[in-house]
Amino acid sequence: MENTIQTVPQNWYLLLSAFLFCIGVMGVLMRRNAIIILMCIELMLNSVNLLLVSFSAYNGNSDGQVFVFFIMVVAAAEVAVGLALLMSIYRNVASTDINVLNKLKW
Amino acid sequence: MSQLIFFILSSLTIVSALGVLFAKNPMYSVLSLIVCFFTVAGHYIMLNAQFLAIVHLIVYAGAIMVLFLFVVMLLNLNAETEPHKTSKLKFAAVIAGGVLFLTIIASLKAGIPVGYHLPAKSNIGLVEIVGQKLFTDFLLPFEVSSILFLSAMIGSVVLAKKEKR
Repeated sequence: MENTIQTVPQNWYLLLSAFLFCIGVMGVLMRRNAIIILMCIELMLNSVNLLLVSFSAYNGNSDGQVFVFFIMVVAAAEVAVGLALLMSIYRNVASTDINVLNKLKW
Repeated sequence: MSQLIFFILSSLTIVSALGVLFAKNPMYSVLSLIVCFFTVAGHYIMLNAQFLAIVHLIVYAGAIMVLFLFVVMLLNLNAETEPHKTSKLKFAAVIAGGVLFLTIIASLKAGIPVGYHLPAKSNIGLVEIVGQKLFTDFLLPFEVSSILFLSAMIGSVVLAKKEKR
């Protein structure tokens, strides 16, 4: 794929990752199942990764790819802790509905 | 040719991302998220980031999605028990997301310097280059991330353990 950078304008990648990010935001606002909200957060992290990789490729600098590597590390840790939290919540209230968890709500 | 591949990959990405949102059954959401991750890995290969594409496949499709699948199966979630918001709230969420998209597009129009005419190097995504960066300039964050992983591992084991009554 030598010629991707020459033939595909970077704006298309910007548009794609902006759209993916907005889909993630929509999902977080729209769904009530906590697992699907976690998945939408993954979607947002992925859109940012795609943006970083595209900037790194179009600028010829590999720093961005190292950042993507670290974002993946943080995402993996976040998912492990988040799913463990969900498991213990499910054990207590027998549901993953976020509307059940309103004890801290003012 | 690359433009065609870009369009096919992007449409697959967007369709599967929308599938995550609109699937009734959480299992189908997980499966379409896996498709989304594979297409994003395809984008990485298009952008000459081979190392990241492989790491993305291993970490996301291999580890994270298996974790999600296990949890969905363990909690026995299905379409009947799936909670749903009222359609008014869903409509408001779509409007909010669309407005955010419009804002981002407007700011892109305003501030992006179009056209980097640097000589594009094609080897920046190889293991050699990224690894050299990782172990020289970013050595401290790399080691700190191992501590992060250790604490996340301990934390998730402690959280998911059964409490003694």
